[in-house]
Amino acid sequence: MTSYLIRRFLYAFPLLMGVNILTFVLFFVVNSPDDMARLQLGQKHVTEAAISNWKHQHGYDVPLLWNSEAEGEKKVTETIFYTKSVGLFLFKFGVSDSGRNIGDDIQQRALPSLALALPTLMLGLLVNISFALMMVLFRNSYLEQAGIVLCVVLMSISSLFYIIGGQFLFAKLLKLVPISGYDGGFAAIKFLILPVLIGVFSGIGSGGRWYRTLFLEEVEKDYVRTARAKGLSETQTLFRHVLQNAMIPILTGVVVVLPLLFMGSLIMESFFSIPGLGSYTIDAINSQDFAIVRAMVFLGSVLYIIGLLLTDISYTLVDPRVRLS
Amino acid sequence: MILLWTDGLIFTLLLSILAIGFYLRGKEHLKRPLQTIANNSVGMVSLVVLVFFVLIGLLDSVHFKQQGSGNEIISLLDVWATPLREHGEKTYSAPFATHLYSKEMMTLADGSTQWDYPRLQFGGQHLTNDDDKLRDIVQKTAVGVFQGVVSFMALMLVYWLFVKNKRQDEDSVPFTFQPVPCTLFILITLSYTLIHLSGYYHVLGTDKVGEDVFYQAIKSIRTGLIIGTLTTLIMLPMAIIFGILAGFFRGWVDDVIQYIYTTLNSIPSVLLIAASILMVQVYMANHEADFTSVVVRSDTRLLFLCMILGVTSWTGLCRLLRAETLKLREMEYVQAAYALGVKQHTILLRHILPNVMHIVLISVVLDFSSLVLAEAVLSYINIGVDPTTYSWGNMINGARLEMARDPIVWWSLSAAFVFMFALVLAANLFADTVQDAFDPRRGT
Repeated sequence: MTSYLIRRFLYAFPLLMGVNILTFVLFFVVNSPDDMARLQLGQKHVTEAAISNWKHQHGYDVPLLWNSEAEGEKKVTETIFYTKSVGLFLFKFGVSDSGRNIGDDIQQRALPSLALALPTLMLGLLVNISFALMMVLFRNSYLEQAGIVLCVVLMSISSLFYIIGGQFLFAKLLKLVPISGYDGGFAAIKFLILPVLIGVFSGIGSGGRWYRTLFLEEVEKDYVRTARAKGLSETQTLFRHVLQNAMIPILTGVVVVLPLLFMGSLIMESFFSIPGLGSYTIDAINSQDFAIVRAMVFLGSVLYIIGLLLTDISYTLVDPRVRLS
Repeated sequence: MILLWTDGLIFTLLLSILAIGFYLRGKEHLKRPLQTIANNSVGMVSLVVLVFFVLIGLLDSVHFKQQGSGNEIISLLDVWATPLREHGEKTYSAPFATHLYSKEMMTLADGSTQWDYPRLQFGGQHLTNDDDKLRDIVQKTAVGVFQGVVSFMALMLVYWLFVKNKRQDEDSVPFTFQPVPCTLFILITLSYTLIHLSGYYHVLGTDKVGEDVFYQAIKSIRTGLIIGTLTTLIMLPMAIIFGILAGFFRGWVDDVIQYIYTTLNSIPSVLLIAASILMVQVYMANHEADFTSVVVRSDTRLLFLCMILGVTSWTGLCRLLRAETLKLREMEYVQAAYALGVKQHTILLRHILPNVMHIVLISVVLDFSSLVLAEAVLSYINIGVDPTTYSWGNMINGARLEMARDPIVWWSLSAAFVFMFALVLAANLFADTVQDAFDPRRGT
């Protein structure tokens, strides 16, 4: 088990290297720093001097991979690849194109992101599982049919409509909560309650359906029939046996997204102006701040790989049949 | 006649689907699932709606240069909707309105100025008295419904003469009351009514620059369809080839392919799309000479968006196909083929590929609706289609500020909602039916 985990951990390095090279190619080779400067300074009427000035300010005025003019080891270190990409491995995100420290920004913004994403996930899980269990409990009845139809209808509505509609109804018409904004500490609750509820609601369609298929697969199995045969009521079999056994795929599905919660929800945060990492990313995309986008790509991949690792571990913890080797 | 990139690909796709259909016609093992779909009324109704959308999309995919005025590139649908396209107002106006939505300073005939709602240039222009509006709308609706009923009758007559008479089986329910003809009837009547009405009014109002919202929503159909279909067309070869090879050869091939898709998967897809779209923007800014026309420009961006979405979304299918191939290669019939000395590529093509096709089909229909939804979200973050392209995402994006206005402008958002909901719901229901019919684990 330990050796397996170490191997998986080491496997993360080639993956991160791949991510890094891919983003490097996307951001610096296909899109040269000159293009970037022109994009930042406005497309037309940019003098060469302004471009080289911008490049010098942001440290893009060195060669991409190999600095033949420098001495000794600086041939490698004084390149864009070394200064911009290798630093990410040590979580040194550097300075954004607008001059702010990215590492500090990320630290500050991770908490609001988490404060929105974690309750949404937990509440969503609770609601989806109970909804799916209800459908399975009343299976082969009109109630289940209605549930399935409701799921498909909810699934077919874009999440944007939930947000716009919810915001309009609860914040603008009924004035129950503020339209958008954020506050530190517990004062944040009144700003978070609506986005969390909307997030949960918009997930019911696909979530409910997904858990329903999981439960239905379990319900058909032999041990459930045995449980029924020995006289347990339908609710008892469902909650005691089916739910417990279906927990394995549910849990592992949740564990893989847990680390990614830090990344926040792009749209939700930007609609409700919550200063999390999601809105940070959107702002960076809109202002075409490549340094931040690059940092977020790296952070996202690290979190994803941690998620994969956690999934493996959680398998062995909840399912004694699985042995990692 | 001008062939845009996406047009060409869409028609290629259509032709290849027809060719595959022709090749597979009458194949025994496909009859049962197809029969299951045909017997499922929900599936058939959603198929009819989908085909209706596809037809509009195809009409909108035949482009040519307009003679005379400005050499604009327009499509067949544009020609058909010329009144809609050219009847632009000044700014917002509500559905069926005769006046603008905001007051303006107007100069009257006698030279004095007045602060009032100005009359629309085109909407309800034929009315002499505003009080007649309701009566006029009812009258025009009736004419439209009548036209729709007549053409539906004609269609049914053709059906009776040429199809029904050849088949002798008696339906217990009168044919016209079955779900599919009912849907057809609703669709035909609705479109006739809307077409007739939109010649006189702005059925769904106008937007900020006075463009007809109904026209925008119709034009957006093509964008949604292209995103949903071309993306899968682009990702399919990658997913199929990599997935099957990884499962079949295992060893280092498997390792390399798994490494590629884990790497791609670990990059947040939104950021990958953002990076690539920024790249395309820079490329287009540097090669301005190649993108003189707005239509060509937005078309290129649409194509790139499909490619990028394809690159980010092939990993899921690839993983499924790899797992299935791993299972298939241990099956007796594959082992038997080995023992008989069948070459590897023959085994791959003849024994493995046809047996994973149901997974491909199911995932293609399942992905369609999520791609249409994804387009809206991406356009909202400004990394979707070009802002000049008609798309539901752009309509929603514009409507965001309109909701904050007082009094609010609700029709843009509602139009985008209704059209998008209809397409996605039909696609979801159809996907369910296809899955039930083709997935061996489901149903009987």
